Amino acid sequence: MAQPAAGQPAHLKHYFVSSDQQFDAAKMGMWLFLITEILLFSGMFVAYTVYRVWHPEVFEAASDLLDWKLGGINTLVLLGSSFTVAYGIQRIQRGDRKGLIINLLLTLLCAAIFMGIKYVEYSGKFEAGIFPGGNFAPVGDYHGHDMANYADILFLPQFFSIYFVMTGIHGFHVLVGMGVFTWLVIRSFKGDFSPEYYTPIELTGLYWHLVDIIWIFLFPLLYLI
Amino acid sequence: MHASSAAAPAVHYLNNEKTIRSWLTTVDHKRIGMMYLVAVSLAFLAGGILALLVRTELAAPGETIMGPDAYNQTFTLHAVLMVFAFIIPAIPAVMGNFVLPIQLGAKDVAFPRLNLASFYIYLIGAVIALTAVVVGRVDGGWTFYAPYSTSVGNGILFITMGVFVMGFSSILTGLNFIVTVHKMRAPGLTWTRLPLFVWSIYATSIVQVLATPVIGITMLLLFLEKLLGIGIFDPALGGDPVLFQHFFWFYSHPAVYIMILPAFGVISDLMGTFSRNRVQGYKFVALSSVAIAFLGFLVWGHHMFVSGQSAVSSIVFSLITYLIGIPTGVKVINWVLTMYRGSVWLQTPMLYALMFLITFSIGGFTGIMLGVLAIDVHLHDTYFVVAHFHYVMMGGNVIAALGGLHYWWPKMTGKMYNETAGRIAAALVFIGFNLTFFPQFIMGSRGMPRRYYDYLPEFEIYHQLSTMGSYILGIGLFMILGYLLVSLFKGRVAPANPWGALTLEWTHTTTPPDPHNFHHTPVVTRGPYDYHLAPELFADGHSGDGANVSPESVHRSPSEA
Repeated sequence: MAQPAAGQPAHLKHYFVSSDQQFDAAKMGMWLFLITEILLFSGMFVAYTVYRVWHPEVFEAASDLLDWKLGGINTLVLLGSSFTVAYGIQRIQRGDRKGLIINLLLTLLCAAIFMGIKYVEYSGKFEAGIFPGGNFAPVGDYHGHDMANYADILFLPQFFSIYFVMTGIHGFHVLVGMGVFTWLVIRSFKGDFSPEYYTPIELTGLYWHLVDIIWIFLFPLLYLI
Repeated sequence: MHASSAAAPAVHYLNNEKTIRSWLTTVDHKRIGMMYLVAVSLAFLAGGILALLVRTELAAPGETIMGPDAYNQTFTLHAVLMVFAFIIPAIPAVMGNFVLPIQLGAKDVAFPRLNLASFYIYLIGAVIALTAVVVGRVDGGWTFYAPYSTSVGNGILFITMGVFVMGFSSILTGLNFIVTVHKMRAPGLTWTRLPLFVWSIYATSIVQVLATPVIGITMLLLFLEKLLGIGIFDPALGGDPVLFQHFFWFYSHPAVYIMILPAFGVISDLMGTFSRNRVQGYKFVALSSVAIAFLGFLVWGHHMFVSGQSAVSSIVFSLITYLIGIPTGVKVINWVLTMYRGSVWLQTPMLYALMFLITFSIGGFTGIMLGVLAIDVHLHDTYFVVAHFHYVMMGGNVIAALGGLHYWWPKMTGKMYNETAGRIAAALVFIGFNLTFFPQFIMGSRGMPRRYYDYLPEFEIYHQLSTMGSYILGIGLFMILGYLLVSLFKGRVAPANPWGALTLEWTHTTTPPDPHNFHHTPVVTRGPYDYHLAPELFADGHSGDGANVSPESVHRSPSEA
């Protein structure tokens, strides 16, 4: 590795000419990565669309089993976390490191609430025997729905395959985001970020907004319609 | 000859650090490219040996060396290794990594650590995929069509996970190159001065970034289908196996262009350099890569003419498939034009470029034939298809990769290989390749189905010719391996610019290159093939062998640097 030349900021890698070039490159890379993320989810959205068109009545019956209130709270929580990330970036742009750390911690808290609610939703379903696909074996009563009524609806388990896969992969993205935010908090405490250099926060923010947007599509598609 | 230019610099990227650890943790794009070279060569070796086993089994009707189950697993593994572990990374990850940043006048790619990460992700993916061999029964070809693929053994879990993981490597490499091309070009290196190799890798990267996530989710869904029975593709649970085919080909047809576009780039550079001529129709050749990348996303349905899709979609897919012939034809015609009135120098890399014109054109034309609806119904799943895609994959990608490897070998290693051996091997490869695959066109058109381990006596002669050809091809490839390895130890020290090429990796770096490529960022003042503007290379009548390198090998006398 080359030593940084005298007078160059510590964050500037030797193979870049300027901080601007480095920042532009990083940001472009992140946008490209976000495109790949959208395409990753697109496969599942296509599967959702095809099967919804084929079996609309199944999707309507099955989505009754999802609790729109819990989903709604989660939507608000994620929206709030998107705000705290954006506000955190604004804080560090003004040189307010403490404000940045507070906002990052708030974001982490929101993400944890989201995952907590997801855990409640998933475990409730597992207890009622609502598993994806071939393992679907409904028993007893689930939030006032007699599961016996659902046992014989043809292709009903498929809705839950799509539900668990889509929300599962989305939840995985939330977990990854939590990991990255934790790392950012540690780096913030070390004083790595300044108004001149906050690229990792900006990029993680972009990622986090995408995770949020995907949920904003998932929520109505799965819970409401 | 300028004797002074035939001496390696004292410090270069191969010897600036010597420990194993310095290699395994390197972020130098050149070293990462070389590690990829070793890795994909091993994959090619393994896949090649499996291919020879397949051909040996088919040398005679009935069971020759293995039973039907073993045969299915052998060709499946051959295909998976060759497609995902060899062809897709071969040119972009090896030559793209090594050459692209230097051709751009950059010190490295935009994200060097990500570059190293993608190498390890590739390795992990390949190892996971290979685990399938141990776990058992990997069946059903590289297309993994559901529900068959999920109904046989557990090996599929590892293969799909391996492909999923290798996909990330491909995405990250493509992402890295796109950003590098956009943001890291040297001053004066405008888009119309980019070497055509850069253009083609750029187009490839776009396809990698846009298509690979779809195979990622497809493999993940197939994995979950096998593991949890989610039934997305299982008709018993309301799923649709044809949806799997759509998903699969939405990636895998563009993936065909991930395989062939880099080959186009190599051939463009070879044609320009060894014809001492500007590549004709530069802008058309450059933009045709982008056009192919774009159109490549709209033709996946031509793999599914007999899968029950509607007649209208079949007709549309068929028409768009013909369209791809246009940008491809633009390239081939311009390459031929480049040689016309050029000064063609028949060195080994150029022999491969000429071979490519023949073998790839055959592969391309038969591809258009297969895009014709009525003909495809007859030829679907026959050896005609097998021959077609081997003419494109091997006759296109592998031949170009060999050309590129011979072209950049002196730059990579600092050593010249034996030219005579190179020519003999090239001839063996050409003869062996055509003898292997041309008979397959004939037997395919007469009804020999693909993926069968047995056949009727009337096909015996074609299979025997094909098997003989594969042995000749194998001898040629092993010969290449042999003399390249020998050159490392006994080869003549390569001059800075043995081919008299005009792109930055030849004119502005030492051979082998400096660890940081350039000491001063080059300023580009001419196009990549503007030979008439390069008096320093050819003015005194030499072939470029003793070309000046600017700045003159800075490391030779450190006191002056």
